[in-house]
Amino acid sequence: MYRIVEAQRYNPQVKRLTVEAPRVARRARPGQFVMVRVDERGERIPLTIADSDAASGCVTVIFQEVGCSTAMLGALEAGDTIADVVGPLGVPSHLEGLGRVCVVGGGLGCAIAYPQAKALFGMGAHVDIVAGFRSASLIFLEEEMRAVSHKLTVCTDDGSNGCKGLVTDILKAALEETVYDAVIAIGPLVMMKFVCLTTKPYAVPTIVSMNPIMVDGTGMCGCCRVTVGGEVKFACVDGPDFDGHLVDFDEAMRRNTIYRTQEQRSLQEHICRGEERLHAQ
Amino acid sequence: MLNKSTTKTPMPEQEPALRARNFEEVAFGYTQAQAKREAERCLRCKNKPCVSGCPVGVDIPSFVGSLAEGDTAAAADVIRRANALPAVCGRVCPQETQCEQFCVRGRNGEPVAIGRLERYTADWAMEYGEDESPTDPNGVRVAVVGSGPAGLTCAGALARLGCAVTVFEAFHKPGGVLVYGIPEFRLPKAIVAREIAQLEARGVAIETNCVVGRTVTVDELLTEGYRAVFVGSGAGLPTFMGIPGENLNGVYSANEFLTRVNLMRAFEKGAQTPIQPVRRVAVVGGGNVAMDAARCALRLGAELVSIVYRRGEQEMPARAEEIHHAREEGIAFHLLVNPVSLVGDEQGWVREIVCVEMELSEPDESGRRRPVPKEGSRVTLPVDAVVMAIGSSPNPLIRQTTPDLAANRWGCLVADETTGRTAKRGVYAGGDAVTGAATVILAMGAGQAAARAIYEDVTSGRI
Ligand SMILES: Cc1cc2nc3c(=O)[nH]c(=O)nc-3n(C[C@H](O)[C@H](O)[C@H](O)COP(=O)(O)OP(=O)(O)OC[C@H]3O[C@@H](n4cnc5c(N)ncnc54)[C@H](O)[C@@H]3O)c2cc1C
Ligand SMILES: Cc1cc2nc3c(=O)[nH]c(=O)nc-3n(C[C@H](O)[C@H](O)[C@H](O)COP(=O)(O)OP(=O)(O)OC[C@H]3O[C@@H](n4cnc5c(N)ncnc54)[C@H](O)[C@@H]3O)c2cc1C
Ligand code: FES
Repeated sequence: MYRIVEAQRYNPQVKRLTVEAPRVARRARPGQFVMVRVDERGERIPLTIADSDAASGCVTVIFQEVGCSTAMLGALEAGDTIADVVGPLGVPSHLEGLGRVCVVGGGLGCAIAYPQAKALFGMGAHVDIVAGFRSASLIFLEEEMRAVSHKLTVCTDDGSNGCKGLVTDILKAALEETVYDAVIAIGPLVMMKFVCLTTKPYAVPTIVSMNPIMVDGTGMCGCCRVTVGGEVKFACVDGPDFDGHLVDFDEAMRRNTIYRTQEQRSLQEHICRGEERLHAQ
Repeated sequence: MLNKSTTKTPMPEQEPALRARNFEEVAFGYTQAQAKREAERCLRCKNKPCVSGCPVGVDIPSFVGSLAEGDTAAAADVIRRANALPAVCGRVCPQETQCEQFCVRGRNGEPVAIGRLERYTADWAMEYGEDESPTDPNGVRVAVVGSGPAGLTCAGALARLGCAVTVFEAFHKPGGVLVYGIPEFRLPKAIVAREIAQLEARGVAIETNCVVGRTVTVDELLTEGYRAVFVGSGAGLPTFMGIPGENLNGVYSANEFLTRVNLMRAFEKGAQTPIQPVRRVAVVGGGNVAMDAARCALRLGAELVSIVYRRGEQEMPARAEEIHHAREEGIAFHLLVNPVSLVGDEQGWVREIVCVEMELSEPDESGRRRPVPKEGSRVTLPVDAVVMAIGSSPNPLIRQTTPDLAANRWGCLVADETTGRTAKRGVYAGGDAVTGAATVILAMGAGQAAARAIYEDVTSGRI
């Protein structure tokens, strides 16, 4: 059992939990993730390590409630426990030697990009961040991102805050002005796909963080396979970071829809069970 | 009194039509009377040919003799001395190619049903036997990586010698393939849990959720105060064929499919792990893994489940009993055909498996006749799910993070066969991690041998 020491809600869908997991905290590096199972009957879900502290033995995850497991996780508060936290998994991001970087985060992807930006900033790199959200009410981590960047640009799809537009518009303008060693793009698959299309003409190396469906996270099930440069890779052990210009995004998007119907049903059942419990009280 | 029957005492089983729709155990096991009657078929040969076929060397005539005399407790004692997981072995060992192959009764009829008798004895012991108490500690700490049959056996043997053993397991549940691979209807998970509880009672500590190579490395374990590390991490990396369409939706590795079904219990109502309901499933492969995946698919409600295998039934590596059970349950066998591509619909779901017909030529290095495609042949099967069960290799995490641990070109760790010693001081390895995918009993044999070597090396001061 892993104890939650801190819980904070950013908005109705996004929450941050800090959990005691000393062995994980000791080795965690930016770009790595944990597999979390909420309770005895739960499924294993991957979540990026947003922060870790070897001294206190804690790791932090920031997640969006999209389905049953993340909704159950979202209902937990400090003092509650989680059945399993396994990690750190995946290959740490290769950040060495990057002097000038543009980090592009889309929505929840900002939480995944944040530890990388923080590490790069700490290493003395020049870091620009472009953070996109659907609307103002969904913005989170703004202050934290500002603290680890030389320039932070927040944009929203509907213009309700920051500048109106997509991250790719901002990125394109930045690419015209600045020569970056790399662009790191993390967010929904479509967003990463379009970031890669944007950077391609500028020949800027573009690193994306793939988020396929995973079962074990240790290279055992092959569920997380992605095609990169024509080769099949397992995102959990070979990634999750890959060269975005080589990733087959269309296949990845198709594979992420595999369980959509089941998941909606499972979420429905979860909501119903929750309501039953409410009525029983 | 000798029972002269030339056939084994039948074991009662669930009706095929009924069991094909549930996850309860297929075979019910012997009653005491049935076990006694079967044990009475044993000739108690002086030279014990059967024992030579048992990788852990259970004194078979002695335990069978006790059963014939009606003394199950004595039989259980004999087995327990050599075998840490008898209830598991009694269910899943390929007895026909091991102990039973050498049984003298087998020359003229069927051999003694050694596997069934082992199962009977172990189940009895679980209900009525006593847990062993811990041995006095000798102050030596040993780490075991992986809680499959290799790791559990090694841990049990070392604990019995007084070592303080900690098993590190990547998953949230111990047992290895016994819990995530082999389905409930062949090996009830409660049985595995009970055998593991006995090891814990003997003093073995199990730390789950620890991926060696990521959470902690082998070298760190050695510096944390473990005198030796036994690596029994299995062969869990799935193989794909590399044919077009393999990444279509609805194409699974057997590991993914079986893990979702067994470990995550997708077959139970209310389970959160999703499995797409499917009508027509093709399982590619001819081993136990393929049989298990096919029979699980049937039990999840598929209408038509086919095995697609590139050789003939004679060459199938699966246990004879499992092939027989699968046939009885209505699995269709497409033999001597090999998939060449998978075709999907507009949404990217697999809809058809395209195969070529094969014929067998001379035997290859494995001794099985090599399949070669028939020029111009083509067979297609309509499907809405495909499970790839064509083998697996050791996971690279440990060797990648332990640079001085040698592996061969298949990724298998290099270790001495009879002692498990690797070229790295203090590190031992065995089971599927060394041999590639093999059997429960071979993995156990390797775990036991390594435990002996570790103890010897520790007491002689070599490590
Ligand atoms: C390496 C990695 C790191 C991740 N890090 C984070 C993180 O830091 N914070 C966070 O909120 N999420 C993260 N994710 C995504 C997260 O794992 C999924 O949101 C979660 O598994 C959904 O579980 P659920 O049961 O709540 O929803 P489900 O009911 O399983 O799914 C709901 C919806 O989400 C989609 N979905 C399912 N799994 C994934 C997935 N792995 N990625 C994207 N969409 C998915 C489904 O198709 C469905 O539409 C990460 C994924 C990976 C692979
Ligand atoms: C579906 C299926 C059916 C089978 N049926 C039969 C049968 O009927 N009869 C038979 O004799 N054999 C059968 N086998 C084969 C048999 O199960 C294996 O040969 C045997 O389990 C190997 O044992 P092992 O201990 O070497 O490895 P495993 O059982 O694979 O156990 C390895 C363990 O190590 C853990 N691990 C891996 N990497 C790490 C790491 N880095 N850190 C920590 N832990 C790690 C894994 O999670 C796992 O728990 C079957 C196999 C499968 C997959
Ligand atoms: S999640 Fe199973 S192999 Fe990557």
